[in-house]
Amino acid sequence: MTPALKHMRRAAGYLAILLVTSFLIFVLIEAAPGDPAEIMLGTSAQLDTVAALRAELGLDRPMLVRYASWIGGVFTGDLGASYTYGTPVGELIADRLAVTVPLTLFATFLAICISLPLGVWAGARPGAVTDGLATIFAQFGIAVPNFWIGLLLILFLSLGLGWFPAGGFPGWGEGLGKAVSALILPAIALAIPQAAVLTRVTRAAVIEVAHEDFVRTARAKGLGRNRALWLHTVPNALLPVVTMLGLQIPFLISGAVLVENVFTLPGIGTLAYQALSQRDLIVVQNVVLMFAIIVIVVNLIVDGLYAILDPRLRTHK
Amino acid sequence: MKRIPLNLWLGGLISFLLVGSAILSRFWTPEDPIKMNILNRLKGPGDAGLLGADQIGRDVFSMIMAGGWTSLGIAVTATIVGGSIGTLIGVTAAAKSGAFEKVSGWVNSVLFAFPPILSAILLGALLGPGGLTSIIAIGVFMIPVFTRISRGAAMQIWSRDYIKAAKMSGKGQALITVEHILPNISAQLLVQFAIQTGLGILAEAGLSFLGMGIAPPTPSWGRMLADAQTYIGTAPHLVLAPGIAIALAVLGLNLLGDGLRDLSDPRRKQAS
Repeated sequence: MTPALKHMRRAAGYLAILLVTSFLIFVLIEAAPGDPAEIMLGTSAQLDTVAALRAELGLDRPMLVRYASWIGGVFTGDLGASYTYGTPVGELIADRLAVTVPLTLFATFLAICISLPLGVWAGARPGAVTDGLATIFAQFGIAVPNFWIGLLLILFLSLGLGWFPAGGFPGWGEGLGKAVSALILPAIALAIPQAAVLTRVTRAAVIEVAHEDFVRTARAKGLGRNRALWLHTVPNALLPVVTMLGLQIPFLISGAVLVENVFTLPGIGTLAYQALSQRDLIVVQNVVLMFAIIVIVVNLIVDGLYAILDPRLRTHK
Repeated sequence: MKRIPLNLWLGGLISFLLVGSAILSRFWTPEDPIKMNILNRLKGPGDAGLLGADQIGRDVFSMIMAGGWTSLGIAVTATIVGGSIGTLIGVTAAAKSGAFEKVSGWVNSVLFAFPPILSAILLGALLGPGGLTSIIAIGVFMIPVFTRISRGAAMQIWSRDYIKAAKMSGKGQALITVEHILPNISAQLLVQFAIQTGLGILAEAGLSFLGMGIAPPTPSWGRMLADAQTYIGTAPHLVLAPGIAIALAVLGLNLLGDGLRDLSDPRRKQAS
């Protein structure tokens, strides 16, 4: 099988997974109590008004037809209108993504900036004091809930020292500086558990690769300890780190829901959560699907990155 | 006599205290954790009980103890349910391979796309918030983890000579799985159980922080933090205790899991 064909097969597999996932979401939301038309019109609405609205929304069509039209809408960008806001769901999601996407990217960037040096530092000399400190950071970072880190940051850096806003988001129109400073604390809260996990993985990978023959050869050829570490060990240790980055995506998304809630950021997590409490199920349905798409697409990308980071996978398989 | 690793020692101690105080809270707490005492409203540690009182004067220390029972109960139940289902799928996939293995791989990929909070948002629409929603949401998330671990471990055992001997003596796949595979992978499952219970506690705290967990007035660490946020300016002590409780519980279970792993497989300790 040619590599191209293999990739296409894999992509087709992921597409199938997405279809099954979307159907699952659809069925669960279908089964949920509460008729959208009744919710939109309130309890005092006349029966025939409700029926008319149901027909208008297309709710009287058979379930499979509605599922197909939803999936069709996903591809054309027409996701329907929110039951509570009346605005198109697509617009609502796009608005909120303008907060969540920068937040999660910022947090991932911070997590990599913390964990890569720390993990390499720890793994280069296992058992040393630096290794001990990194391990302690990793153990605590994994155990501490990110929303609590958020609360502590608010307590000490916003209320205590007044360095950052305690929550809310001014919007990107108010200037980059203001928007970024509103995202700094949430990004730190989101980044610390990620950084802890990545530190552990980086450390383990560096220790493992350091025992490989090619590292010993590089050292035997006269390469200094640090050059061998950064030129040979670290690049080869990145594979498990990238895998872990991909595996962490679901946690990053869950974390974003919580952290957005702590800092009252108008992101996608807050949208999902509010939509649930207002029983705006069409929004819930689409947001959950979007999260699932992100998780699955990121996994596809991580699969592809393997081939780039590890040339052995390209030639042999 | 093998030396007990530090992480096992420390993890075991913290976990013991966690489980102990959770069980104790069923019989005794310093104050009734759900009893209001408005005179103690927002009083600091020492002025009212060991850790102070909350916005309606409930004793924080007693709430932490009772909250431990909630957290642990939901996390352990979810891990047992999700872990059993996952392990069943995993060992079956290892025994049967072929189509079943493929399908279970697909199911895992689908489940993997649903972290607990997302499942809870979906399930919340269907069942409403509550303990059951939390258990299902967290349990679903445990399934793919245990499937992967048990399948990998079981496949290793299946390639051993004594399994070949058992096959030749006419034992079926199911009997071999029960008699040989499960006992041999139980150590790895136990390690994972400790670590996943820790993750379950984190997830439960997150859900109850969002108001999607167990219903009030049953104390839970996550909701204590949600309430504390409202009074963060006037009563900062309320933010500390529940967070420390969650972090300690998860830390203890993680250390316990790591320690058990080091004990059962010393080679891994050197490698990782």
